[in-house]
Amino acid sequence: MAVRIGVVTFPGSLDDRDAQRAVRLAGGEAVALWHGDHELQGVDAIVLPGGFSYGDYLRCGAIAAHSPIMSEVISAANAGMPVLGICNGFQILVESQLLPGGLIRNDHGDFICRDQRLRVENASTAWTSQFEAGDEIVIPLKNGEGGYIATDETLDRLEGEGLVAFRYLDVNPNGSLRDIAGLTNERGNVVGLMPHPEHATEPGFGPDTPDAMRSGVDGLRFFQSAIESVLARV
Amino acid sequence: MPTIVVEVMPKPELLDPAGKATAGAIAKQGSSTFSAVRIGKRFELTVDGEVTDAVLAEAQRLAEEFLSNQVIEDVVAVKVA
Repeated sequence: MAVRIGVVTFPGSLDDRDAQRAVRLAGGEAVALWHGDHELQGVDAIVLPGGFSYGDYLRCGAIAAHSPIMSEVISAANAGMPVLGICNGFQILVESQLLPGGLIRNDHGDFICRDQRLRVENASTAWTSQFEAGDEIVIPLKNGEGGYIATDETLDRLEGEGLVAFRYLDVNPNGSLRDIAGLTNERGNVVGLMPHPEHATEPGFGPDTPDAMRSGVDGLRFFQSAIESVLARV
Repeated sequence: MPTIVVEVMPKPELLDPAGKATAGAIAKQGSSTFSAVRIGKRFELTVDGEVTDAVLAEAQRLAEEFLSNQVIEDVVAVKVA
């Protein structure tokens, strides 16, 4: 039986279909979830996709964090279900206080879109178990408000407890403190990051690699990790 | 109907890229009077009825828990307009 991974669509989500496709390419069954429902349809894991939920009104992710389905998502996350927040999804996780800190406008003030090199810092989360710690990957990044900030105390705790999941390499594209690109919670089931793994899952559509143009599929292992993690718990 | 004004500012220690860009644009217009700009938000909450202490307390709670993100912002005012 295929592992069922739900992808929540909010008003203004952009990458929900891409995330569904990534789930299928990884061998899972993608389940469309709707922000206005209180129903997780029995999924095994959840993706909060990228986009501009509610037009980024108030703060990025702030209104989505209070949408009906998020009460179920937060309960499921607290019960250990794998939850991945990508870009706007990361912002929603932070606004829901499932992950600490905040995301503010890029320090250079511009929207940025590039293939971004990252280092996997924590390979023992539900979404990174198919990596080795220290692996370097390339996946697309596209955001205007991706600058990660937190107090020094929080940053020191994140570093000390190994909760920085991904770090930017080569360039820091948005002014994120300590080059933080993504985080995990203590339990390792909730992961959020600004770059987009779902856009690097199919040859011909991913970032360029030394082997061939657009052949990068480093993002696929995020979804394969979640599937493995669900199967390991059964 | 009475209005409660809530003002939210980015925390002083954090970079405010929008404010910085605005300050840069002001400097380009030849003004050297203003050395920095910080941009915040003003919310106007219309109250359906009288502004009691309880209503003000609810506005304060809303300001701290929803209208601002205390990680990156401070509520600098909750007052009757």
